[in-house]
Amino acid sequence: MSEFEQLYREVILDHYKSPRNHGLLDPRDAYAEGQNPLCGDEISVTVRFGEGDVIEEVGFEGRGCAISQAATSMLSDLVKGRSAQDVALMPKDELLGEIGIPLTPVRLKCALLGLGVLKVALHKAKGTPLPEEWGTSAADITLN
Amino acid sequence: MTTSPALDARALRADFPIFERPSHGKPLAFLDSAASSQKPRQMLDAMRDFYETSYANVHRGVYELAERATEGLETAREKVRALVNAPSAREVIFVRNATEGINLVAYAWGLRNLGPGDLVVVTELEHHSNFVPWQFIANRTGAGFALIPLDHQGELRLDALDGIAATGRVKVVATGVVSNSLGTVNPVERLAVWAHEQGAIMVADAAQAAPHRKVDVQALGCDFLAISAHKMCGPSGVGALWGRAELLESMDPFLVGGHMIRSVKADETTWGELPHKFEAGTAPMAEAVGFGAAIDYLDEIGFDAIERWEHELAAYALDQLAELPWVSSYGPPASRRAGIVSFNVEGVHPHDVAQVLDFEGVAIRAGHHCCQPLMKKLGVAATNRASFYLYTVPEEIDRLVAGLHVARKAFA
Repeated sequence: MSEFEQLYREVILDHYKSPRNHGLLDPRDAYAEGQNPLCGDEISVTVRFGEGDVIEEVGFEGRGCAISQAATSMLSDLVKGRSAQDVALMPKDELLGEIGIPLTPVRLKCALLGLGVLKVALHKAKGTPLPEEWGTSAADITLN
Repeated sequence: MTTSPALDARALRADFPIFERPSHGKPLAFLDSAASSQKPRQMLDAMRDFYETSYANVHRGVYELAERATEGLETAREKVRALVNAPSAREVIFVRNATEGINLVAYAWGLRNLGPGDLVVVTELEHHSNFVPWQFIANRTGAGFALIPLDHQGELRLDALDGIAATGRVKVVATGVVSNSLGTVNPVERLAVWAHEQGAIMVADAAQAAPHRKVDVQALGCDFLAISAHKMCGPSGVGALWGRAELLESMDPFLVGGHMIRSVKADETTWGELPHKFEAGTAPMAEAVGFGAAIDYLDEIGFDAIERWEHELAAYALDQLAELPWVSSYGPPASRRAGIVSFNVEGVHPHDVAQVLDFEGVAIRAGHHCCQPLMKKLGVAATNRASFYLYTVPEEIDRLVAGLHVARKAFA
């Protein structure tokens, strides 16, 4: 397998070209947007809750590299039906496992942008904890 | 001006040890020299030789080694003086990089001379290095901050100057000599004349120009000029600021501490003479020696030969990219730019383009190139940038273009 195929697995390219849960929800219960200032990736995430704090629907929009957009698409499938609290505590390795590709530190930021934005959206709507790695760099995430 | 013979990039590559190492199993095509250049053996040897034979702290020691070290530092200062055609080596201050040089001017001149009603003017094309320090000091002093806008080719709109001057007392005009994003060569001479008509100082950021063309502070007519060694075959960690002696003498110091003093008493400290007043602490001695060796290396090749070669490479790259309808390139025509080409591939984010090219052994930059205001103007979040230097060969541009086809096929 070439280096290209290792990084841009077929499933990554598929999520990039045909993103799941694409488009912002209206009405919605939670919203956040964020940018990765290093490379200009942008992600906006909306959430609609079902009973309690169960995530019923997720919708996102964004522009950026294939890794950032595909990772957010995969994330949106991963979190549906789970509680806000559960997702807020979701370790990043769970998403990285799903993505399943070797990432350099720079590309790791691309891959985790959507997860960070989603956790900020849940925090604003439900008061769930912000992940530790966003504690100091939450300024990177534009809150709305 | 003497004209150097055309340079032989293929032969020069043998001077650069980095090219002996493959990248992803392929020969390295390093097309990111605008960010930092690779290093020739001659420069590396000069630094090693200095450490092995002449190393001690400079200026104060009376023993032979200290004298040799001092001579190494001061010889390097003279080489920088000659490089920028400064009237005196007293006006050449060693700093960490061009950014630090500009901060020195912004703090040491700006804090004392700027206030409400004054105006600091930079350009929309500016690298953050010559943008953020001025914006910061303008905010601190209550001065206004204005941008010279760009036209659609990425060149400065000098017709906007009168409108800017109507909004305040122009006290500082700061511009890059060459844009690091688009390669635009700015009309610094004309801006300097305008600045002086307004009673302003002219600050030139030559970090991107000095590696590629002769930079002459007297011909430019500027008051301050900053350069970085690492972009011109020298080591990281050293750069130089040139300033007019009368301005430097009128300024407070920037960093204070050891070496930069005349006398220190409990109640008062007086400053040393130029350039020492602005060189607190132990100097980057070996780095300065490396900087001097890099200048010798470039001088031997000839700046006119380097400029002509880059010009050919930029024209070749722009021609190649123009044949791809799914590539947009930014900036002025090749005749008015340095060896820098910024572009985007339709439907493919610059990071993905750069990643695919990396697998092919081609190193380019993707991002905002420390020019977020410019990216906003272009209406893009980021671009790809390929930049060339004296060791770049046309085959590397062919490999870049081949890589773009691969990226296009994979993503779009």
